[in-house]
Formats: sequence, structure tokens, C-alpha cells
Amino acid sequence: MSELQIVDLHVNVNDREILKGVNLTVRQGEVHALMGPNGTGKSTLAYTLMGHPNYEVTQGEVWFKGQNILELEADQRAHLGLFLAFQYPVAIPGVSVANFLRAAINARRKIENPEDKGIPIPEFRKQLKKVMDSLRMDHTFASRYLNDGFSGGEKKRAEVLQMAMLRPEIAIMDETDSGLDIDALRIVAEGVNTLRGPDLGVLVITHYQRILNYIKPDFVHIMLDGRIVESGGADLALHLEEHGYDWLKNKAEVMVR
Amino acid sequence: MATPVIVTKKRREAEVDLNRFPFTENDLPGLGRQENLPEFLREYRLRGWNLFQTIPMPSTNDEAWRRTDLRGLRASELTLRAEVPKRGLRPPRNLLKPLVGKRHGGQIILVPTQNPTIAVNEEWRQQGIVFTDFRTAQVQHPDFLANSIGQIVRPEEGKFAALATAFAEDGVIVYIPRGVRLKEPLHSVVWSPGIRLARFTRLLVWVDDDAELTLVHEVASPNQSEGQSFHAGIVEIHVGKGAHLTFVEMQSWGNDVWNFTHERARVERDGTLDWIFGSVGSQLTKTFMEIDLVGEGATGKMSGFYFTNGNQHLDHDTQQNHFAPHTTSDLLFKGALQDRSRSVWQGMIYVAPGAQKTDGYQANRNLTLSPQARADSIPGLEIMADDVRCTHGATVGKIDEEQLFYLLSRGIPRNEAIRLIVEGFFEPIMERVPYGGVRQRFRTAIKQKIG
Repeated sequence: MSELQIVDLHVNVNDREILKGVNLTVRQGEVHALMGPNGTGKSTLAYTLMGHPNYEVTQGEVWFKGQNILELEADQRAHLGLFLAFQYPVAIPGVSVANFLRAAINARRKIENPEDKGIPIPEFRKQLKKVMDSLRMDHTFASRYLNDGFSGGEKKRAEVLQMAMLRPEIAIMDETDSGLDIDALRIVAEGVNTLRGPDLGVLVITHYQRILNYIKPDFVHIMLDGRIVESGGADLALHLEEHGYDWLKNKAEVMVR
Repeated sequence: MATPVIVTKKRREAEVDLNRFPFTENDLPGLGRQENLPEFLREYRLRGWNLFQTIPMPSTNDEAWRRTDLRGLRASELTLRAEVPKRGLRPPRNLLKPLVGKRHGGQIILVPTQNPTIAVNEEWRQQGIVFTDFRTAQVQHPDFLANSIGQIVRPEEGKFAALATAFAEDGVIVYIPRGVRLKEPLHSVVWSPGIRLARFTRLLVWVDDDAELTLVHEVASPNQSEGQSFHAGIVEIHVGKGAHLTFVEMQSWGNDVWNFTHERARVERDGTLDWIFGSVGSQLTKTFMEIDLVGEGATGKMSGFYFTNGNQHLDHDTQQNHFAPHTTSDLLFKGALQDRSRSVWQGMIYVAPGAQKTDGYQANRNLTLSPQARADSIPGLEIMADDVRCTHGATVGKIDEEQLFYLLSRGIPRNEAIRLIVEGFFEPIMERVPYGGVRQRFRTAIKQKIG
């Protein structure tokens, strides 16, 4: 059973401290929700965990499978089983969804076995169709250029498609609900739910409680000003929905003092 | 303008000497007493030779050569006959494989000091199709040559056009008679090993009215670490009324070659030309490529692929000339650049007075993969008619870090991620190339260049 253990993580962006000591552990099989208003560092945490070069870690460690992954490149983190569903997926013109996915799958196979010749194409196609069906995606989607001209809903579905194909052990979903109408949200959430199980740990980052109606979290954490100020069960999200963040702000200030 | 600084003048003189070709009139091929060169060719070569002597070496003061500096060319060290080790004479097998379709209708292989290898269907010969090398054509088809050679690219066009006029003995001559629609592609290969070799070639393609042809033409040589080699070439293409030519041209010269070509295609009424161009080799290249749309309804399409690395310098100068109304041209050149390499694309759409209802398009896109690489992209329009549609675009960009991170985050290693992005960048060119073999060749080039 692997776990992602974040210990006292401090991160600067453009020389400004955004994360001020984050502690959080996500285990395989658990779904955690990380909530908080805009600008509190949630996305910074997501990008830092995946290894984006613009985020400078000044203190702390992130342990996964016995390694401090902060020392690894993004592709090596992915090989360990970490996945980030982007808030703003990036378009790669000229590269089809299918080609891209095959390159990603083959890269990992090659790490596991340097002699590997790559996934046989019929097997890949079969797998891809199955996953697309479960996400109610048209099969022509596979031949479109990755995120190029995709609608907001298509982009998010493509993220879940990648997650389903790459089978991570820990997935971070950064504002996967933003910009989705209720139908698209339901489809994306269903997709995540079908992947849920003892082998997958999920960190759902959101500032709305809405997505948590569809993806039921085991744990809810609230982030304010670069720290996790409150943790609890699913009911914490409901409490937040009712009372907002204000009651926590005092608490955050107390913590700073 | 006189310069008062004597030191500078001295330096220039030294460069000029190094820059001077060592050839003399006695070196002109076929002009000896015993040789029976047809009279028109004797005159043609001499005309080229005289022009070569009067036209000065291009300098960066000339507009067309502003970005391509020839002072590093050690012309004085070049030779017309280089020793080639025997095992170097065979072109690599991948050059001989069909790029278009499963098999060739005919193939010509030209190697220095060797007799040409010519394979052509016997039935075609009876139909009047000519597919042979330049020397054989001088004997077998002198009348055709007399009426066609030098008509489309004139020796006056430049120093190197004149030089190739004078010296080119190697070459490929193609003639497709009126109404003959050749379904199988022809393939010509110029393979050019030889240290410090000066090589001259010509290609003449004449597709008569309502005829149809696909021709794949490859020029290549091995990478040679010693000295500089040289190539000057002339490509002349005639596409007759209602005729169709697909011309696939692949340049993969070795890294010691300084390569200069003048290429022009003339397209008559309702003729169509689909010109696919791949340029990955040579130390330095300056290529003038032009399409003259001379008849109403003529169409010319050009799709260019280039990829430079090391300290290569590739300069492609394209011109789309609309001389008649209702003509269409469509050009897309895309290039990627590694290391300290450089590319220049300079394109012009010209619309002649009275060439109404023409539609011209040109776009050049560059992707620099290293901060030291540099791409210059200079589009141009010169429109002398008032009812036309002409558009152009030119861009130079670099790999987007966010794209790279996105692919890395999926476990794709950096080099592989760059390769995917570059392949994606070239996809619009691939879409214009209906031949799997050519696309595969481009992909292989991408792989090799990225390493």
C-alpha cells in the first residue's frame, strides 16, 4: 500500500512564499478533498507535487514509495504512479490523443522493462475504446489533436481518460470541476468513481462543494493562506457550504501568531 | 565605394583568393577536339563559362544573399575528380527504396566516375517516354535537349546557375509525351561521395500536355569530416496544359557540402504541380525555387520540410509567380532548428498586371529547439493586379515549456516529449504529403536530428 506523504512543504513562486508548511498524507484507496478559496495555494501544491519547474521548494519533503520525489523529474514521478489532472490542460497541436497516450504507456513499459517493444496496437486500441465507452466519448476523439480546440468539458474528460489509461496510484485532480456544466461534471465524476478502488488514492482540489456531491471524499482538508487549517470527514465540506470560510480565517490568524 | 583602411582591403583579397574556383576553360566537359558534343551544348557550356567569369561572387550586399555569407567557402580547394574509396560508391540502401508506393516504374542512380544505372520499363520507351541520364540524352535525344535545355532556368540567373550550365554533365532527363499518364513513380538518385569534390547536376522534367507523372528525386552524399565539398545544380520543370506533376525532392547532402541550386517550374494552362521538398543535409544551402504559373487555371503547390542542426545554414528562397489570371498557388514551408544552426526562408508572391482572380498563399513556420538556433522568415507580396486574393504568414517560435511539462507529467521522457511536439509541429506538412514513405523519411530525420 503506497502513500504520498507531504511533510512541512514550503514553496516559493517568484520569490514569494505561497505554501507555508503543508502536511498531508494520501494513501491508496482513499479520496481526499482539498478545499479553500482562490489564491490560497491549492494549485501551487498540485504543480509542486508533479514537479513543475516554476515552483521552488524551500523546505520540506514529499515521500512516495520510499523516495523523496522532490528530487525527481516530472516524468520519473509519473513512472512511480503519480498523476496530475490539470486545471488547464495544455494543447499539443498535431499530436493525436491516441499517439500521445501510446507514447505515455510505452514510456512507462520501457522503464519497467528496457527490452519492451511497446504495447501491441490492437491491444492498445481495445483498451482505449473500452475506456472511451465508459466515459461516453466518441471514438473519433482518439484521432483528434490533444486538447486542441477541445471544449472545457472535453478537456476535463480527456484528463480522466488519461488517468484511466495510465492507472496511477495517486491522482491529484486540480479543479477538475471548474468550467463544467452539471452534465459534464456528472460524467467526469462518474469516470473518477469507476476508477475508485483500493489501488487508487485521489486528492480532489476544488473550491466548490459541488463536485463532492458526486465524488464522495473520505477526508476533507481546508487550506487557507498556504496551510491546511482544518481536516475532517465528508461533513466538513457540508459545514463549509453552509458557513463559508470566515470562521476558519480567525483560526488561521491564530495559527500564524 | 573606396575604403581608406588598407588592412581591410588586404584581408578581403586573401578571402577572395580562397574563395576563387580553380577551374579553367580547359576543364569544361566535352569540349575537347575528339569529343562530339552537339553544337548547341558546346555553345551553351561556353555561354555558362563566360557568364560565370563575369558574374561576381554573391556577397551579403546582394539582397538575395544578405543572410547567407559565402566567405567561408574554400572554393580554391575544390576538385572536379575526387578519389572515392570503392565501398563508398554504393548509395545507402534506404536511398534506393521507393518513397512513393510499393515499387518504382523506373530508377536512375548517378554516382561519380561510374556509369549510370538506369532501369526503365521497355514498353514505356516505345510510348516515347524518356527517362535517362544527361549524357545518354545528348546522344539519343539531342533535338529534344536543344529545344528544352536552358529554357526555364537561364545561365544568367546567377553565378552558380552559370557554373552549373558550364560544368553539369551528370543529370536526369525526363520526358512524358502528350496524354501519357504514368501511374508508377519514377525515382532518380544522385549519390555523391568524394572529398573536396565539386559536383554539378541538372534535372530536366518535361511533362507534355495532359500527361501525368510522379517523380522522386534524391540528392545525397555521406558525411565527410575532411574539407568542403560543393554542389551546384539546375532543376528545370515544364508542366504542360492540363498536365499533372508530383515532384518529390529530397536533399540530404553530407555535412561538408556547400549546395547551390536554381530550380524553376513552369506550369501551363490548367496544369497542376505538387512540389514536395525535404531539406535536411549540407553545411550550407542556398536554393532558389520558383513556380511560374503562365497559363490560366494553372495551380502550383509547394510543401517544404527542413530540419537543421549543428552549424548548418539552409537558405530557401521561394517565388510564386502568377503571370496569368485564375491561377492558384499554395506554399507551406515548415522548419525546426537545433543547436547553433540557422535557416532563412525568403518568399515572394508576385502577381503580374492583368493576372486577375488569382489566389496566392504562403506560410512559413519555424520552431527553434535551442536558444542559439536562429530562423529568419521573410514573406513578401508584390501585386500588380487589383482583383486577387493573396495571404501570407510567417512565424518563429520555440518549444513551449508548458507543453513540455504536460507531456513529462504523463511519464514521457524529455527527449521523447520534444520529439512528439516537433512531430506535431510538422503534422500540417505531413498532411499535405500523401506518401507514407516520404512521411516516414521526414519522421526518421526528426528522430536523428533530435538524437
